[in-house]
Amino acid sequence: MAFNIYDFTSFTQSIDQALYEWLPPFWALLVEMTIIGLVFLLFYAIVGLFLVYAERKVCAFMQNRVGPNRVGPYGVFQTIADFIKLLMKELVYIKNSDKLLFNIAPFIVIIASFMAIAAIPFAKGLHAIDFDIGIMYVIAVTSLGVIGVLLAGWSSNNKYSLIGAMRSGAQIISYELSVGLSLLTIIVLAGTMQFSQVVEMQSTGWFIFKGHIPAFIAFVIFLIASTAETNRGPFDLAEAESELTAGFHTEYSGIKFAFFFLAEYMNMFIVASIAATVFLGGWMPFHIYGWEGFNHVMDFIPPLVWYFGKTAFVIWLMMWFKWTFPRLRIDQLLTLEWKYLLPINLVNILIMAFIVLMGWHF
Amino acid sequence: MNSFTKYFTDIFWGFRSLLIGMSVTGRYFFSPGQIVTQQYPENRKKLKMFERFKGDLIMPHDEHNQHRCTGCGICETNCPNGSIEVISDRIELPDGKKKRIIDKHIYHLSMCTFCSLCVKTCPSEALDWDQTFEHAVFDRTKLTKILNKPGSSIIKDIE
Amino acid sequence: MKEIINLPVQSIEEEEYHINMGPQHPSTHGVLRLVVTLQGEIVKKLQPHCGYIHRGIEKMCEKDTYQQIIHLTDRMDYLSAHINNHAVCLLVEGALEVEVPERVKYIRTILDELNRIASHQLWWSSFGMDLGGLTCFFYGLRDREHILDIFEESFGSRLLHSYYTPGGLMRDVHPNFQKRVKDFLKYNRKKIKDYDRILSGNVIFLERSKGVGVLSKELAINYGVTGPSGRGSGWACDIRKKHPYAMYDKVEFREVLRHEGDTYSRYMVRIDEMRESMNIIEQLIDNIPEGDFSAKMKPIIRLPEGEYYQCVESARGELGIYCISDGNKNPVRMKFRTPSFVNLGVLDKISREMKIADLVAIGASLDLVIPDIDR
Repeated sequence: MAFNIYDFTSFTQSIDQALYEWLPPFWALLVEMTIIGLVFLLFYAIVGLFLVYAERKVCAFMQNRVGPNRVGPYGVFQTIADFIKLLMKELVYIKNSDKLLFNIAPFIVIIASFMAIAAIPFAKGLHAIDFDIGIMYVIAVTSLGVIGVLLAGWSSNNKYSLIGAMRSGAQIISYELSVGLSLLTIIVLAGTMQFSQVVEMQSTGWFIFKGHIPAFIAFVIFLIASTAETNRGPFDLAEAESELTAGFHTEYSGIKFAFFFLAEYMNMFIVASIAATVFLGGWMPFHIYGWEGFNHVMDFIPPLVWYFGKTAFVIWLMMWFKWTFPRLRIDQLLTLEWKYLLPINLVNILIMAFIVLMGWHF
Repeated sequence: MNSFTKYFTDIFWGFRSLLIGMSVTGRYFFSPGQIVTQQYPENRKKLKMFERFKGDLIMPHDEHNQHRCTGCGICETNCPNGSIEVISDRIELPDGKKKRIIDKHIYHLSMCTFCSLCVKTCPSEALDWDQTFEHAVFDRTKLTKILNKPGSSIIKDIE
Repeated sequence: MKEIINLPVQSIEEEEYHINMGPQHPSTHGVLRLVVTLQGEIVKKLQPHCGYIHRGIEKMCEKDTYQQIIHLTDRMDYLSAHINNHAVCLLVEGALEVEVPERVKYIRTILDELNRIASHQLWWSSFGMDLGGLTCFFYGLRDREHILDIFEESFGSRLLHSYYTPGGLMRDVHPNFQKRVKDFLKYNRKKIKDYDRILSGNVIFLERSKGVGVLSKELAINYGVTGPSGRGSGWACDIRKKHPYAMYDKVEFREVLRHEGDTYSRYMVRIDEMRESMNIIEQLIDNIPEGDFSAKMKPIIRLPEGEYYQCVESARGELGIYCISDGNKNPVRMKFRTPSFVNLGVLDKISREMKIADLVAIGASLDLVIPDIDR
């Protein structure tokens, strides 16, 4: 079993082969699925906890504060302590709420984000499943989360929750378009929807450089639209703390609230990793054409570091947005989408198609 | 045509204003030297309150365990919310005169609004402010304090 | 009794519903309860219910001496405590016809303006927070801390000062006072630019505030909306100009006026007022005359029999005190015309047909302090 931090293909394949040799195919598949599920669950917990900590530190530094610094060195165990607190809290029962939907909603939200992570390539040969239409699949799956949000708002029997849920519905349905279209711009350039090939094609240069102006515009639009899709500030209208107290999860407590909370951060991670994969070259190192020595040094950095570095950069950008801008109003939110982002996006695809046709990209 | 150019200038100025805003937060993010948070319980030793800080009412005693309070009760009448009770006593001096001395100067910290009227109006300047500020206790009876120390007496020349 | 508690519920049209904003709600900044009738997200009617933090300050004044009343006025509009104290002091001094020393006037004016800046900074913080920009909150509080330090050094309290007494001050200011104030002015002039960069120029903020909650000049006058909220509608209602007290007739300053009457103009009036306040302080801080910090006053103050009124410009508008005295050491009746209470009255008028998000912005732009409403 060859373990290579630059190429995981042989590693994953050897595990696969070993399982199929030991067990009948059905059981091998089952065991494989269980292993992958457990690995992702663990990954989920770690990333979620880390992101909450990172957000609190980032916003603290932007606000001239220190941030969490009591639990462990530099407060690194703060989120674990918070998580334990949330686990032990009472699950408040809401009078006249739709009990089934109320209980199911957090799971829908978290399952939607859980499904999306399966298609993301972390490094060469390190992804759970490599669809032919990976980008399409991710777009489809991430938009499922809004059902959970809508159900949560509806079933809580709270007017604030309902307003939040309705806002969230209008918001995600609109911004879904921009996310899809901005990714489509890159699909036009790449000619494929398969994540592994999208990354492979960027070995000669990231798409944001290859597709220059339209790719950059698409990247900016994707950042804006995906921030809106993950319900983060300045688009956090579904929560809108100062208007709707906590929006759709006003009535949730304890671990159910933790699910919503975790799903928000995981959605942010997924969106950031899509941005990193599609625009910033995924796990591909940074290369400058002609600088052989420089490129060689860049190749030496393992792909996982590249991947997580780029994702962290995009996440940091999104946190920067949230902690700088005031919140939009619901009609302005829709104006931004339908009057600005969508037309620009459509023109942008045309330009991209023209550039690809004329071969003006790098 | 006018609305067409306006569309794009709007986008340009909008983005510009957003980037200006981001430059402010970004600058603070990269300059951790500007953090203003005080690490409170850790800096307890270094933490020095301003000398005029109104933390707690005290009655200063000198090295002979003597204070300046005559027990006249002006602070009690001036206190707007009854947080001071002066219980005075009368003793007979050797020359036969009767003199009022203080028995207990009771101060309810829990009722005090720190308006400083007692300190200002005291004719013999017997009261002062202390700079302690950690007033949390588990039992509220501890917030009722007797300001004159046991066995203390008044400084001679104060009438 | 039951009728008083259960205020009549407003009639409700089809597709409308009530929602309770408050008494516990993040954007009411206290225990104000607004019963809002909504249609979708659009505010149709709004009924404020006050009294959740009523402490009976006016009644308590009737048993207190005039020196004691001062510490009660701190607790009305706790963000401009000095200015509230100033009103009582001016009332008593005016009734007794006491001439306070020049030094006292200078110091009072400087402290009033510092207090106004501090109040506006906290307003700016919470305004940003209400619109969803949480970082503003910390920037505003960070800068306000410097003013509170000046206060703490001179008289030992940060929020509720009770520093003015009828006739003068509790004690003289700290020797460091002048240097600290000058340092603060230098610091704040730098930081106020950040305010503009992060919020005032931001396109999202402009969209949220321009044309939102338009208060016309007629409406402002009819409802008696004073202070920065009234001046945002173009009504020149600054007591410092109209009925000058302390040093305000001797310093040069501009009465900030804007004519649009929307949330943005109310916002800009306050931002500009911070600059004007700094100008006022700059004119005074270098030439504080030496002298007594208090005029000679009797230990027990008895106002001559009669009725008195004194108004000052607090950070929120006109603070008026109406006092009836029968010659005793306690007033017979004290009535406070608090600006927040009067400004709250217009909230229903200007927030109709607006979105619920606008209601939050309008409420924040009126700068309501709830203990000031309920007293």
